[in-house]
Amino acid sequence: MNFEVIRDYLPLYIKAFMLTIKIGWIGIALSLGIGVFSAFILHFKIPIASQIVKVYVELFRNTPLLVQLFFVYFGLPKIGISISAEAYGAIGLGLLGGSYMTESFRSGLDAVKVSQTESALALGMSKGQLFTSVILPQAVTLSVPAVVANLIFLLKETSVFSAISLMDLMFTAKDLIGLYYNTTECLVMLVVFYIFMLLPVSILGSVIEKKTRFKMFGD
Amino acid sequence: MGFEVLLKGNNMLRLLGGLGVAMYISLISVAISIFLGIILGALMTLKNPVINAFSRVYLEIVRIMPQMVLLFIVYFGATKVLGINLSAEISSIIVFSFWGTAEMSDLVRGALSGIDKIQYESSMALGMNTRQTYFHVIIPQIIRRLIPLSINLITRMIKTTSLVMMIGIVEVLKVGQQIIEANRKSSPNAAFGVFATIFLLYFLACYPISCLSKYLEKKWEN
Repeated sequence: MNFEVIRDYLPLYIKAFMLTIKIGWIGIALSLGIGVFSAFILHFKIPIASQIVKVYVELFRNTPLLVQLFFVYFGLPKIGISISAEAYGAIGLGLLGGSYMTESFRSGLDAVKVSQTESALALGMSKGQLFTSVILPQAVTLSVPAVVANLIFLLKETSVFSAISLMDLMFTAKDLIGLYYNTTECLVMLVVFYIFMLLPVSILGSVIEKKTRFKMFGD
Repeated sequence: MGFEVLLKGNNMLRLLGGLGVAMYISLISVAISIFLGIILGALMTLKNPVINAFSRVYLEIVRIMPQMVLLFIVYFGATKVLGINLSAEISSIIVFSFWGTAEMSDLVRGALSGIDKIQYESSMALGMNTRQTYFHVIIPQIIRRLIPLSINLITRMIKTTSLVMMIGIVEVLKVGQQIIEANRKSSPNAAFGVFATIFLLYFLACYPISCLSKYLEKKWEN
């Protein structure tokens, strides 16, 4: 281990780290939006829209992010759609994550027992009240573990961005290894930065999971 | 649109061959992961503090480290630090088995600890000995829970093996790139057609498997 090398590389890694986090969180915000929206469409069985959502979810859940990114980054410009690599990265991650989030939110919504709906209606609640004060709070709680798992999965998947020449952590490490052959230092720094990025999310996630878990009726 | 490139020569066959390479690596890794995962998962339910500490650290590493980083560590790092020369295929199988074993062991642990205590007590009350309890009561239930989940692991493994192109294995994406490069002059739009085809190929490979997993899960629900 050569610590001078590490000191020299540090600024490059920090820059890459910031970019990774930026695109990662934009992608995740996008995926949460898509997920909530599509889950509602599926839950309320809106005709046509729910068929489209189903095809989208199956298509993106059954293909790897790398292939999706190659398709949008190299394929789409050929038919005249061209934006920056960063935007493609965020959109790619958003679309992939959206399909996973849809499933998590939908299973949360579907897991709320029918008796809850029936009881709320029997108490004279309106459809709006039923949804906002009975179903939604329970559905959110039920989908927390899956959503946290998805967050970690999506942040991990950002490592694939290096394939479409985004200067993320993976790209920087690969580049520096290729230039100066300081393999050990580069890989150790890579691991440290990923731990730095993901360990807080993992710990915070399990805390939130514990905090939001409450006993369901009948447990 | 660039689809015509695939009809030239044996391009389509080469692409399928590339998918075959990815499948081959993922099936070997899944087999190893299931085998080791069952052992580790069973060990985890013993509540031995050493095994528990080890498995917690192991699972956390796998949970937060991207598979690509693990691939780089094994493929480039092992060569440098240990001085051994691993082929790209071997290192990818090592990494995916390392990842898959963690996933599988967690599933096994979940399935084992999900079996109610009442099952053990009832079979004992019926006069079964420990062996009979496991063979006739516990294991059949665990297998029913595990099969859909392990099938699901196969699709995730197939999706993850697309990363191996990053350490130089010639699989479907790499073959696609080669085809695009070779036909740059004659069909400049090949990238769209080729990558759309690869996208569909992966979908066709994974979709039936995930349908099967969903079907079995529904069928065997208690």
